[in-house]
Amino acid sequence: MPGPDLLSSQGLRLDGRRPNELRRIRCKLGVFAQPDGSAYLEQGNTKVLAAVYGPHQASKSKSLQDGVVVNCQYSMATFSTGERKNHPRGDRKSQEMSMHLRQALTAAIKTELYPRSQIDIYVEVLQADGGAYCASVNAATLALIDAGIPLRAYACACSASMAWRNGQPEPLLDVGHVEEAAGGVVLTVASLPSTGSIGLIEMSHRLHMDYFDVVLSRAMQGCKDIEVILDRAVREHLAEGWTKQDVVVI
Amino acid sequence: MFQVRKLANLTLFVTTTPTKRYNKINKSDCFENSILPVHFSVYFIFHRTKDYNSCKNMTRHVKIRLASERVNHSVSSNNELPRFYTPGEVITGMQDFMRGHGTYAEDDSLKASVAGVMQKVNKLICIRPLKSRYVGEIGDVVVGRVLEVQQRRWKVETNSRLDSVLQLSSVNLPGGELRRRSEEDELMMRKHLQEGDLISAEVQSVFSDGSLSLHTRSLKYGKLSQGILIKVFPSLIKRRKNHFHNLPCGISVIIGNNGYIWISPQEKSNLVEGDKDEIANVETQTVSRSERETMGRVKNCIAALVASKMMLDDTSIMFAYEESLKYEEVKDLLDTEAMLDVAFLTQHKINYVDED
Repeated sequence: MPGPDLLSSQGLRLDGRRPNELRRIRCKLGVFAQPDGSAYLEQGNTKVLAAVYGPHQASKSKSLQDGVVVNCQYSMATFSTGERKNHPRGDRKSQEMSMHLRQALTAAIKTELYPRSQIDIYVEVLQADGGAYCASVNAATLALIDAGIPLRAYACACSASMAWRNGQPEPLLDVGHVEEAAGGVVLTVASLPSTGSIGLIEMSHRLHMDYFDVVLSRAMQGCKDIEVILDRAVREHLAEGWTKQDVVVI
Repeated sequence: MFQVRKLANLTLFVTTTPTKRYNKINKSDCFENSILPVHFSVYFIFHRTKDYNSCKNMTRHVKIRLASERVNHSVSSNNELPRFYTPGEVITGMQDFMRGHGTYAEDDSLKASVAGVMQKVNKLICIRPLKSRYVGEIGDVVVGRVLEVQQRRWKVETNSRLDSVLQLSSVNLPGGELRRRSEEDELMMRKHLQEGDLISAEVQSVFSDGSLSLHTRSLKYGKLSQGILIKVFPSLIKRRKNHFHNLPCGISVIIGNNGYIWISPQEKSNLVEGDKDEIANVETQTVSRSERETMGRVKNCIAALVASKMMLDDTSIMFAYEESLKYEEVKDLLDTEAMLDVAFLTQHKINYVDED
């Protein structure tokens, strides 16, 4: 059992949450006028902006005949972390994150609808307090919905970790920066909760096979909870932006 | 050198001198004046130089609003909210429905793929999103920008998913309509329309991949010279018989179906048709100050309507223009309260007219 105790004797975590609780999620769609779709999402103290351009004509070298090209850029603001970053984007970590983002989002986007087109997704982390990747996926999903791009379902991402309480394994949902730094295992899952399929799964440390299923199911449950929150935000946004459009219902 | 003070109201005066830049204010300057930078405050910055008066002339007003003082732009229109669908939501069991745009079939059921409202025509079910890229239909009026000159065609950007095409054979070339396109014409293409030019055109056909073919075979279409372009979401444009409007305020507006709106001064009626010199002059004619102000006012009115997500057509723009006249200066309309006021009054007027 490495590291300090992640759970107190009362069963509360370092930031006072219960093991199965998410951090507070606040989000807003359509925060910019220039891109086709945009969203802002806060997950606890992790704050992320996402902007989507497209689908638009892909450059000749990139364009695919049978589907859309999804182009992601993940960047962290220089002031987002405790220690000031030198490179907001383009370093190894950001490039890897961009690739992971693309993988999770192409699983959700109905790519076959737009041959020879391209969708650009720009994600900017304003404040990183653990789970920046999860927040990025959630924000990018909202931005894609705002842009009116067809999706199979919501793509949600959530992380889970592992702690012990009275000798019993207890998975932790939505890992914060303190828990990440404590050195426990972090399992990140990006999934389409309504279909139950997984777009991306990643684990930071070693974990015994026996406990993997518990941690995974907790992360999947977290994705489902996030989907409910995102869905509510989308409906609120639709109600707010609804205009007298000439809807034909016969 | 610098003095930094907090200001009670949130109007920021910025003095601009080309030699000094603001980022020269470093921490030590602030400490000298024993004022520490406070988070989320706006400062009054000026140079304490000898020629302060000359600096004062360059002072500009910049309104910065706190995020908490954001204005809610929603204008209540008296229609109730429809049922909304979100991606992945089951619309109905598959049995006897056809899937249209914004839907897909999975596990014997029809699901939504975008967030929006349902449109049902007999057995065809579509989900229409709040906003999306322009989806062209034959006969639509569009405003676009020439991107590329290619072999016998131009590539035009029309806010669509793919770039649109304007064939050399579907434009009116000067000197007779029924004329064969010679190789000379091909070489002269860039003289006719070059990269960056704005054009108005009509959708001639839609290719199987969704890209559009345009034509400008009418005198009302063609190159746009002097005016203002506004880009709005295509879903805000009301479909009408006519998208070319001469507003009574002396301004003509082209409301493109693709969400691009072109505002230009009205063409002078005393122009003698066929006089080529006169026609050439239209492009370089000076537009009077009053006309430019009116154009700016119309632009700000459209911006106000768009901020409140109101549908755009000639009536709503004209109503907004009439309501905006109580603000004497055009720039006053950029204030968020004024925008909301104009949009609210316009909505009220539209409701009133609808009831009659």
